[in-house]
Amino acid sequence: MELSFTARNVLMGATMLGALGGTLGSFALLRRQSLLGDALAHAALPGVCIAFLLTGSKSPLPLFLGALVAGVLGSLLILATVRWSRIKEDSAIGIVLSVFFGLGIVLLTFIQKLPAGNQSGLDKYLFGQAATLVEEDLKVMAVLGAVVLATVAAFYKELKLLAFDPGFGASLGLPMRRLEILLTLLLVVVVVVGLQTVGVVLIVATLITPAAAARQWTDRLGAMVLLSAGIGALAGVAGSLASASVPRLPTGPVIVLASSSVLIVSLLFAPRRGLLWAILSERRTAARIRRENLLKDLYLQGERSGEWGTFLSWPLLMGVRGQTSHELERAARALVADGLVERSEDALRLTPAGRRAAEGVVRKHRIWEVFLTRRLELPSDHVHRDAEAMEHALSERAVADLEEALGFPEIDPHGRAIPRRRTA
Amino acid sequence: MSPTLVILLVASFVAASCALVGSFLVLRKMALLGDAISHAVLPGIVIAFLLTGTRAALPMVLGAGALGVITVLLVELFNRSQRLREDASIGVVFPALFSLGVILISRYASQVDLDLDCVLYGEIAYSPWDTLTLAGRDIGPKALWVTGGVLLLNLALVLALYKELKISTFDAGLAATLGFSPVALHYLLMSAVSVTVVGSFESVGAILVVAMLVVPPATAYLLTERLERMLVLAVLLGVTSALAGYAAARWLDASIAGAMATVAGLLFLAALLFSPGHGLLARLLIQRRMGWRLSGQLLLLHLQKGGAVVPVSTLERRFGWSDTRLRRVLASLLRAGWVEMEGDGLRLTANGARVLETTGRAQLAHRL
Repeated sequence: MELSFTARNVLMGATMLGALGGTLGSFALLRRQSLLGDALAHAALPGVCIAFLLTGSKSPLPLFLGALVAGVLGSLLILATVRWSRIKEDSAIGIVLSVFFGLGIVLLTFIQKLPAGNQSGLDKYLFGQAATLVEEDLKVMAVLGAVVLATVAAFYKELKLLAFDPGFGASLGLPMRRLEILLTLLLVVVVVVGLQTVGVVLIVATLITPAAAARQWTDRLGAMVLLSAGIGALAGVAGSLASASVPRLPTGPVIVLASSSVLIVSLLFAPRRGLLWAILSERRTAARIRRENLLKDLYLQGERSGEWGTFLSWPLLMGVRGQTSHELERAARALVADGLVERSEDALRLTPAGRRAAEGVVRKHRIWEVFLTRRLELPSDHVHRDAEAMEHALSERAVADLEEALGFPEIDPHGRAIPRRRTA
Repeated sequence: MSPTLVILLVASFVAASCALVGSFLVLRKMALLGDAISHAVLPGIVIAFLLTGTRAALPMVLGAGALGVITVLLVELFNRSQRLREDASIGVVFPALFSLGVILISRYASQVDLDLDCVLYGEIAYSPWDTLTLAGRDIGPKALWVTGGVLLLNLALVLALYKELKISTFDAGLAATLGFSPVALHYLLMSAVSVTVVGSFESVGAILVVAMLVVPPATAYLLTERLERMLVLAVLLGVTSALAGYAAARWLDASIAGAMATVAGLLFLAALLFSPGHGLLARLLIQRRMGWRLSGQLLLLHLQKGGAVVPVSTLERRFGWSDTRLRRVLASLLRAGWVEMEGDGLRLTANGARVLETTGRAQLAHRL
């Protein structure tokens, strides 16, 4: 695809911003300061206005510096308010956000009415117009971005501690408060860099959305930061290309929607954390519990009557715990396939292997009951329900340890024999 | 009605209704939900506009209200799924919805009069002239009706469910055991916030709504311990900000909403510094007083351990205090009659010994 000069600038700017935002956003997300970026973006406005009032120029550098100073001031005010007063962080963020922005609007309208001032150069800082990015902006962005990334790399270990366990960091003698300020300063730089590209409202999404998406895929900070930066950059590429090829499609919003789509996919499909994954594993567990219960029900009937060879009828088994025919059918089919249960018409009985497997479940149940009555001194009529749950959760190993700790009990609190552990 | 009066009334209505629901947001640590809602409603407004083709008030308020509720639901959904924390949920939901709105505008509505400034940064100065007609008759400024209605709704909510809101805010567990669902109240409150934001921002702009939702309640929170007083104070502070902000804006010839937000911020700053109970100054004074008291107690304990008479000249080195500090501590103890001078030495009096007993020796010894 042939890109115009402007489109190339936008592409480069959006990609850089995406990577930067994704990197810093990871730390903000983990520190539960997702909305700090939002406040910093809003806080920058009066700085831009004051810089204009002082210098009278609309060239990027002074406006940028003004935004930076105001952002830093706003972030320090948030930190100080939370530290020194009873105001909570969410309120402090909301206060700085709205008051600084209000002040900025006052200054903006004031400037508009000055003879020299039409606000056209200033309001691109408000809503973000990626198309106004010029090469000078890109250079500023590249230099500041490199500084930010280098700082993150240099203080990576310290920032990691700050994100996960600031108390431990402090006990190691690290200056956690100064690190917190450093991280906030880095955040301010990224926010101010991004203002012009995506605007004051959307900047928070370039920080948080890629990080939130990356979080779903990994539990390691390093991987998360890289992935988040990658997602941010990718969203930047997608946004700028889409807006270059489709008329009247603003860049910033498309970037945000691109990373939001990645987030939704991640929330649904990421291995282990994904919702789909969770649903599947929940169903697998439920099915296993049903199978174990069926084995146990068959075993208990056999134990009660002493007749291990009789087939037990479908209605009887359904009645034990009120399960549907369909649920019983699925459990039975799986157990038959494993050779644990034999089936004749609509009746079931345990195979020798099935009896051994059922003994394992019953063993867990009864040993747990012994533990509850002996060690926790619960009355014996209060332990069954808990054991019903634990028989599916305990591992062989844990039960063996429990059994040893309890002195190899042979009888459960209700007077029934506890099956022995079988080797092989 | 004069335009000035309309503006002042509208601003006061907004300030009061925001203060009522905002106080609960601040106490529940959900202050930023108002910010999120005020941005996320944009697509609702655009869709309502695209469907009806007009800028009539009702469809827009309905569209915005629907999106407000959707925002809250989405934030809750992400939050409940335990994959994202609340702050992150807010931070990803509202920019996505806002982006959707911006794209809808620039794709389908850019040629018409529905620009961002107007919708999101609505100008309160125009509110007197945007009048409502009912059955062909001009019944006055639309903003007055909408914000007045919202205020009545919020007032009714807080008065009717005051006890329930109070208990569920401070002790959700207790609320549940008393038999009213904190979840239902939460959603009710969130709906009230949505209605407030939507009803207000078209007349006064999103930023003033956010400011009024958070700043006056936070200011009131610094000034009192009681919920009733906090609500009343928040309303008063909000209305004061509105009135003073209007005056400032007229004087500077600048944005009215911006000036109101700025005044609210100044009031907050004043409370932050000078609040008698929670201000930074009060805290500093209390800390210093505690410091002096501790020094006095340390000195008493030292005298008690040191036996009969302890020479004053040894004290300076013992505690590492400056000369002036030592002199101040000594003066206060002498004045209280807890120690007495004997030549160049210092001795604990019977009174002083009693004071030591009652303040808990073990505690003091631990600090030494």
